[in-house]
Amino acid sequence: MSEFVQETKAQLVRWMIHLRREPFNMAFNLLNPVILLIFMGGAFQGLARDSLRGDYRAYLLPGILALTAFGNSIAGGIPLLFDKENGFLVRLMSAPISRNSILVGRFLAININTMLQCLIMLGLGLIFGIRIAAGFGGVLALLIIGLLLGFGVTVISLILAFILHNHGDFFAIMGISALPLTFLSSAFVPIDSLPLWMRLVAWVNPMTYAIDAMRSLVLTGWDGSVLAQTAIALLVFDGAMFWFGGRILRRHLA
Amino acid sequence: MANAVIRIENLRKKYGPITALDGISLEVERGQIFGLLGPNGAGKTTAVKIMTTLVRPDEGKVEVAGADVQTDPVRVRSLIGYVPQELTVDPYLTVQEHLRYYADLYHLPAPVRESRIREVLGLVGLAGQESRRAKYLSGGTKKKLDLACGLIHRPPLIFLDEPSLGLDVHVRRDVWSYILRLKEQGTTVFLCTNYMDEAEQLCDVVSIIDHGKIAVAGAPAALRSQLKKDVISIEIAGANEHRREALETLEKALCRLAIVQGTVKDGAQLKIYVESNEIALPQILQSSASLSIPIRTITYSRPGLDEVFLHYTGRASAEEREKDV
Repeated sequence: MSEFVQETKAQLVRWMIHLRREPFNMAFNLLNPVILLIFMGGAFQGLARDSLRGDYRAYLLPGILALTAFGNSIAGGIPLLFDKENGFLVRLMSAPISRNSILVGRFLAININTMLQCLIMLGLGLIFGIRIAAGFGGVLALLIIGLLLGFGVTVISLILAFILHNHGDFFAIMGISALPLTFLSSAFVPIDSLPLWMRLVAWVNPMTYAIDAMRSLVLTGWDGSVLAQTAIALLVFDGAMFWFGGRILRRHLA
Repeated sequence: MANAVIRIENLRKKYGPITALDGISLEVERGQIFGLLGPNGAGKTTAVKIMTTLVRPDEGKVEVAGADVQTDPVRVRSLIGYVPQELTVDPYLTVQEHLRYYADLYHLPAPVRESRIREVLGLVGLAGQESRRAKYLSGGTKKKLDLACGLIHRPPLIFLDEPSLGLDVHVRRDVWSYILRLKEQGTTVFLCTNYMDEAEQLCDVVSIIDHGKIAVAGAPAALRSQLKKDVISIEIAGANEHRREALETLEKALCRLAIVQGTVKDGAQLKIYVESNEIALPQILQSSASLSIPIRTITYSRPGLDEVFLHYTGRASAEEREKDV
């Protein structure tokens, strides 16, 4: 067990050094969320004031947090794919380590990064005058929900890292997943105002559940039933991904 | 061999329709520098990947450092070092961060770690460069770092796959001297290379592998003398396009001579294996003169490992192969 901790810590330390020395990669994922919050938030502020009877940016922020968490998590496997492409991973596999330490170390690094990015977006929201109705504890709850969404998506990304053969494919999948799925959720408009087919996708999209609970925390405060519903939905999603990912990754890392 | 660190029996591996290893057997004695030689694609890297537990064999028994690679891979991994052919340094990490990383992967306790890092940095001549990031290191220095990472846990057996591929001459010499120092310290070195001079300089024993089979094995000196041949190298004068044709005509003519035991084309040169230079030279000159093929240079030598290699993997005639293998 202590060996596993030592190996996993070594992996995590490596990724944290990357995070510190290539902050631009982190800034890259924040590009879409920041643009949407500033410009889309600004553009729709007036239009939405009447129909939503409130601050559109505050309404938008949960969707932005979900996009941040989703985008960072789905991209999180890419460094492992690079490791696979350039032979680093093969060398790692010749060391007497548990294969899981590679996955757990990367998993932890991705989610620490997600948390930092969500905090940055919350800070940006604060600059725009958004106040979290649920208070300081609400900030913590927002982060936890972001992570619960990120966990399952991270597993998908780790699977992609091992089943895809080049990073071009990976970038393509990332490009067609994060932003479209954000639109196919309640991120920008109330779900009832979506056309039926979009509503159907939104209904099975884990982002919708994350956003519903985050929105209640930002706009109205603590709402036990929404939080419980979201927690169940995201835990089911995470559980399914862990089960599915475990099966696939075990085969690919044997 | 009672003292064998590696024992391979009848190892086979196929990738789809391609046979990478077609029943190889070999033994490596403790403390030796063992060289696996062969042209690209001969199966060297596949063999190393199987011994380092990265690829599963289809058939055969492979024992490394006393453990079976299939049933006890974790034990094998803890007893070996492996430096792959391609550079595997992480551009964002410093020299020291690399070594700490590998120290943790090999479970070195914290108190031992720093002194061990100093030790391997000293061995590969990287002392004083601890805080430099890998991305700013030259190719040769990166390779030294790669080697250092493979030595951090003081493995009794280390696999080096083409350790001097693409390196400057002086860095190559450095790498050779580290390899010899490892041997002095009692480490067994398994070396894959297609540089003959490297094998001749370093290896106690070599095996030449071709098309997934061991063509010949033994000490370099023994292999050379086994050839029992002198080598005559001929280069033809004249324009490029004519030269190839002329070389082939000459080769055909020479093969008919009783004193010629075999021929191998090596680039623009034709190598002719004969029992004795003294008798063969006049006859060869006569043939070329009667075919009016102008000769630019003609040299003769005792065979080196180069010749052994060409003999077993090159274009030696089928008859030759049957006689010698």
